[in-house]
Amino acid sequence: MAFDPAERYRLSPRVGLRPEPFGALAYHYDTRRLVFLKSNDLVALVRSLAEHESAAAAIDAVVDPSTGRRSAYVTALASLCESGVVEPLLEPAA
Amino acid sequence: MSVIPKTPPLVEQLKGGLDAPICLTWELTYACNLACVHCLSSSGRRDPKELSTAEAKDLVDQLAALQVFYVNIGGGEPMLRKDFFEIVEHSVTNGVGVKFSTNGTYLDRAAAERLVELPYLDVQISLDGMTPEVNDAVRGEGSHAKAIEAMGHLRDVGFEDFKISIVCTRHNVDQLDEFKALADDHGAQLRITRLRPSGRGVDSYHDLRLTNPQQRQVFHWILDHPDVLTGDSFFHLNALTSEVGGPNLPGLNMCGAGRVVCLIDPIGDVYACPFVIHDEFLAGNVRDGGGFARVWRESTLFTELREPTSAGACASCGSYDACQGGCMATKFFTGLPLDGPDPDCIHGHADEALAAVAAGTAPRPSQDHSRPGAAVPVALTRKR
Amino acid sequence: MTVTEPTTEPTTEPVDEQEQATDELVTDDVLVEEISIDGMCGVY
Repeated sequence: MAFDPAERYRLSPRVGLRPEPFGALAYHYDTRRLVFLKSNDLVALVRSLAEHESAAAAIDAVVDPSTGRRSAYVTALASLCESGVVEPLLEPAA
Repeated sequence: MSVIPKTPPLVEQLKGGLDAPICLTWELTYACNLACVHCLSSSGRRDPKELSTAEAKDLVDQLAALQVFYVNIGGGEPMLRKDFFEIVEHSVTNGVGVKFSTNGTYLDRAAAERLVELPYLDVQISLDGMTPEVNDAVRGEGSHAKAIEAMGHLRDVGFEDFKISIVCTRHNVDQLDEFKALADDHGAQLRITRLRPSGRGVDSYHDLRLTNPQQRQVFHWILDHPDVLTGDSFFHLNALTSEVGGPNLPGLNMCGAGRVVCLIDPIGDVYACPFVIHDEFLAGNVRDGGGFARVWRESTLFTELREPTSAGACASCGSYDACQGGCMATKFFTGLPLDGPDPDCIHGHADEALAAVAAGTAPRPSQDHSRPGAAVPVALTRKR
Repeated sequence: MTVTEPTTEPTTEPVDEQEQATDELVTDDVLVEEISIDGMCGVY
């Protein structure tokens, strides 16, 4: 299913996220796919996803919009959604 | 506003080593009921200094704390350990996935039923020939039948996507399509791996290794079958990509020894990889103070392996970026220098050096756990 | 397994003052890279 920044997401509970100096390695225990997250900001973003009303809000909390890097993070989350590292969070917001 | 440095490509990050392996091979025992001619661990007899059950479970705990994602369990024959299921279950319930390799002799229906219930577990059956004639010449009489029987049990209990793993040899390379069909018939995935002159393979290598045309055959076959696994073991063949104008083989295409992966042997010795069980590549022992983490992070050997290397004698060859000079273990056990071409260099750059290695001078494995008198087909071994 | 193409900008280049002055950020646009490994000669 396509990534929609307006929806809520979370780090999949089926994923082991292991910090590295350069970001993190994410291993999906079911699919066995291994993904390299190449920035600590991206790792912080992924960990914070469930706390926000939408992925877009989570991105805004981490990424300074004036850097022009916002789209890189949207792309990154879409990629992580495709590989199952992040998944839609279907519970209603608290 | 500050500048954010570009992150180096992943391969370069990994060459410098990770804080913990992504995965590693753990040989549970040197005991084995078979005596395969190419056994990388020269297995047969159990080593009395094997890790105890408590030590094994503690090692699992250490790996879990490091967030090692999974262990590749083997041996010898791992199912010969009485605590095999206890160790495996402890691992998968503590966040460390298990993929284990077996010859299938002990994988009866009951074992299959137990295995299919375990999460984060994958099974691999070893096979080296589609027929007893080809297979048993390498693995011993009756081994083909036992492997097929084990596959049947896994299929019958609904174990999806188990692996069938082949070591490619001169004698089975023409059976690849049949191996693929066998895997398909069982709902399994095929893995083909490169033969290395390691363990007992030191002596059988020259009879079993692929010829140059056969290497090309395998390269193209792998490209034509992207759903077949390779253990990341054929990256030396990427030297062909410029010749054929095509893509590299899938995978990271680098040697991960001591940087991304390593071996823990049955007595807790830590080696750079399963194919270099030799004192030269021994990093330490998990029984030492600081356990596995200390060996992985601080051993002299691994620190050295994580330093940048130069192309050495391969510097003038345009293929080096693609092939990375091949496999360290293969060079070591054929007596070739590590900073030069792989014996199976597809361009033949090692042929002269290989021929010049005086008989009997190449390194031998440091240990031999073979059972005395274990039958090894004479036709396929010729000491060099 | 799918493999995401790695970034094609591999080197970390020194940044001169002029780049800093123009607020131009040298960044790596591709933040996710999938690794396709099969044990890296783990044998199993």
